[in-house]
Amino acid sequence: MSAKSGVSRRQFLKASTAGAGFVLGLRLGWPSQAEAATAEFTPNAWIRVGTDGGITLVCARNEMGQDVHTSLVMLLAEELEVDPRRVKVQQAPPDPVYINTLMGAQVTGGSTSVRDAWDPLRRAGATARSMLIGAAATRWKVPPGECRAQNGYVLRGDKKLAYGTIAAAAAREAVPSDVALKPASAFSVIGKPLPRLDGADKARGRTVFGIDVKQAGMVYAALAQCPVIGGRVASFDAEAARKRAGVRKIVDIGEGVAVIADHYWVARSALADVKIQWDEGPAATLDTASIYARLDQAGDRPGVPVKQAGDAAAILAKAKPLEARYTSQMLAHATLEPPNCLARVSRSGVDVWASTQFPPGAQAVAAEVAGVKPAQVRVHSQFIGGGFGRRLEVDFIGQAVAIAKAMPDVPVKLIWTREDDVTHDFCRPPSLHLLRGVLDGGRLLALTHKMVSPSITSRWAPGAVKDGIDGFMTEGVVDFTYDIVHVDFRTVIQEVGLRVGYWRSVSNALNAFAIESFVDELAREAGRSPLEFRLAMLGKQPRQRAVLERAALESGFKAARDTGRAFGVASMKCYDSHMALVAEVSGSAESVKVERLTYAVDCGTAVHPDQVIAQLQSGAVTGLINTLRSKITVKEGRIEQSNFDSFPIPRMPEVPRIEIVLMPNGDAPGGIGEAGVPLVAPAIANAVFALTGQRIRGLPLEDAGIRFS
Amino acid sequence: MTEFHLNGKPVSVDASSDTPVLWVLRDHLGLTGTKFGCGKTLCRACTVHLDGKATFSCLLPLSAVAGRRVTTIEGVDGRVARAVQAAWDKIQVPQCGYCQPGQVMSATALLSKNPTPSDADIDQAMQFNLCRCGTYQRIRLAIQDAAKQLGSGA
Repeated sequence: MSAKSGVSRRQFLKASTAGAGFVLGLRLGWPSQAEAATAEFTPNAWIRVGTDGGITLVCARNEMGQDVHTSLVMLLAEELEVDPRRVKVQQAPPDPVYINTLMGAQVTGGSTSVRDAWDPLRRAGATARSMLIGAAATRWKVPPGECRAQNGYVLRGDKKLAYGTIAAAAAREAVPSDVALKPASAFSVIGKPLPRLDGADKARGRTVFGIDVKQAGMVYAALAQCPVIGGRVASFDAEAARKRAGVRKIVDIGEGVAVIADHYWVARSALADVKIQWDEGPAATLDTASIYARLDQAGDRPGVPVKQAGDAAAILAKAKPLEARYTSQMLAHATLEPPNCLARVSRSGVDVWASTQFPPGAQAVAAEVAGVKPAQVRVHSQFIGGGFGRRLEVDFIGQAVAIAKAMPDVPVKLIWTREDDVTHDFCRPPSLHLLRGVLDGGRLLALTHKMVSPSITSRWAPGAVKDGIDGFMTEGVVDFTYDIVHVDFRTVIQEVGLRVGYWRSVSNALNAFAIESFVDELAREAGRSPLEFRLAMLGKQPRQRAVLERAALESGFKAARDTGRAFGVASMKCYDSHMALVAEVSGSAESVKVERLTYAVDCGTAVHPDQVIAQLQSGAVTGLINTLRSKITVKEGRIEQSNFDSFPIPRMPEVPRIEIVLMPNGDAPGGIGEAGVPLVAPAIANAVFALTGQRIRGLPLEDAGIRFS
Repeated sequence: MTEFHLNGKPVSVDASSDTPVLWVLRDHLGLTGTKFGCGKTLCRACTVHLDGKATFSCLLPLSAVAGRRVTTIEGVDGRVARAVQAAWDKIQVPQCGYCQPGQVMSATALLSKNPTPSDADIDQAMQFNLCRCGTYQRIRLAIQDAAKQLGSGA
């Protein structure tokens, strides 16, 4: 099968960074933490071994629930031969040495953290261990081969030296050019149980998120933004607000008016007194119908092929295909920690304390707004109270710096309300999917899919969009696993007048809903079980076939409704992980209950198995947001939802049983942070069809008149 | 000046009486374990105990707690709270962790009142606390585990 996959993810942001204006290729002007460290032994940018024996991982990825503060420590500890519970974690500053090679920039996203670190962090640990052994061998005047490392010591016979005591000597050892990594059979940390290193603090309210950071003399800001995204302040009257006790300053930053006050509640209350006239700009006429109308019009365009095999056009010309049109809704990220940023602008530079998935982006926007060089911006990355892609954006960081400029030397903390957040998000893109399939007997002979959507990457990293292909729109398509002779998958970029953003699992969720639902339609049309129909196309994909068979087995999958219960199945490869999901539902055509979600997952090596399961459980619930009822709609340029009443996310009673079967093998780890999300919608939609006979081709499913209890 | 008892000690706060307790705790008293999530009692990340009962603090004016006992995640203690947090550790509940102080406060209040909650009781008590990461399944398990530990006299 010849595949043409457009720009690979690996290339992707690497190519893009120039276009986005971020100076990633240069060594920054202030020393990296590794260089500045006072520790005696800093063999590379990730490890510090103190003379007190303290081990620190300088963590290049940001912690947002996905467990990098533990799973990345495990990779290091495995080869360094230290107890992972003894390793402290320090968040890395922006620095090219911390670039995520799978993304081409220092970003936390794309379910890449473990995949990217898998080799280099283990190698870093092994390198440091080798140098510590070398230092001990030198001291003992024996060949290094007679020494070994274990639990923070170098050992030889009954003699031992603690890492701390030889840290200074180790720093003088030559850095080995190559080190051998342990085989999986020798792992004592990877794949083994370990409590999250950040878990106890999180259960006790001790974790400091961006919104919790304190600095001496700190003041607070609340910001009124134009209700139409992209609009500007035309004029404003802040006289009443200015007179309020505790108000320090009123600042016009162009996209909004901020009130700075001694306390946040004073700022918020005073902001209500500011009367603002807006220049709403061209987006003021936008509404949901016009957005989807643009997608429909663009559906007539041929699009750009992203995966082709055989000659689908010739088959379609001869046969009458089954055709379908699918759509997905826009969604807000609604991270529970609202966007916020503490910023201080002073002569010595700019400090930003923020929850961010993109420290160099935070640095770049702060520099641009403050009119300084990036090297003059210190980014202090904090624990993130939910990312999901929202904190790849740095809009709120630029705003905080713009506001803080008005009060030099004073730390100013900008906090958005939930309403600010929902109405000024970078929504998940709306999408349209046009599909055609031709059956030959009981098998699928030809399948075409055209995905029409605005491109996130055209804004976020314009240099990465080449020849009309946004690599993130091809997710869930280029990794297609079914063996079909004639395939033609295309994408069409169509802007809709609203900025859009990466939302956990990005286009995997959009494309999987359309394709996995349509494959189900084709199976039913062929008169075959949706499970058998899929398995028959996976002869060359043993790992994919295995997870699908296992999910079916564990769930008790049946193709036909049985005593008020029905099942739906979906299958895909994403993030280098093989995923299968069976949804079990009960109820009637009016009211459906999702009873159970059963996953079978082959993600290669599960570095931290319990947290792999946790991420999949989390992905399932995020998948329900996408599936059931949540949506963003637009009227007169305004987002119509504003808080958790109008933009609901699932609550405990409506979350079904989630069962997860891991099928690990010795392969390198697959990504898992997003992998649980995409199959929820098609599995449930397929189960609803099995239960009710109603085929729902648009998300959220409740828009079709069905109700989930 | 408004006076109340915070985590067992008397405090006196100079803030306007309509200031929500959430912001009094976070800004005036420096206790940031209680979280801001929605400002409209929809997510309950701001859950505290008022005279031992779980309540939201984001729309609770300072004037309403005058002379009363407020307990936050920083101060919650006792047999039930310790069992809840031990269960949170054992089951490995938190992901991003932002909602977890509120979840722990709600779970502690539930088990203080009802030491043997059914699934329906847990749903009823915990339905107000949103978890955007979706840790609900583990929250339920942890509450059941804590109930078991408390019941066995641990």
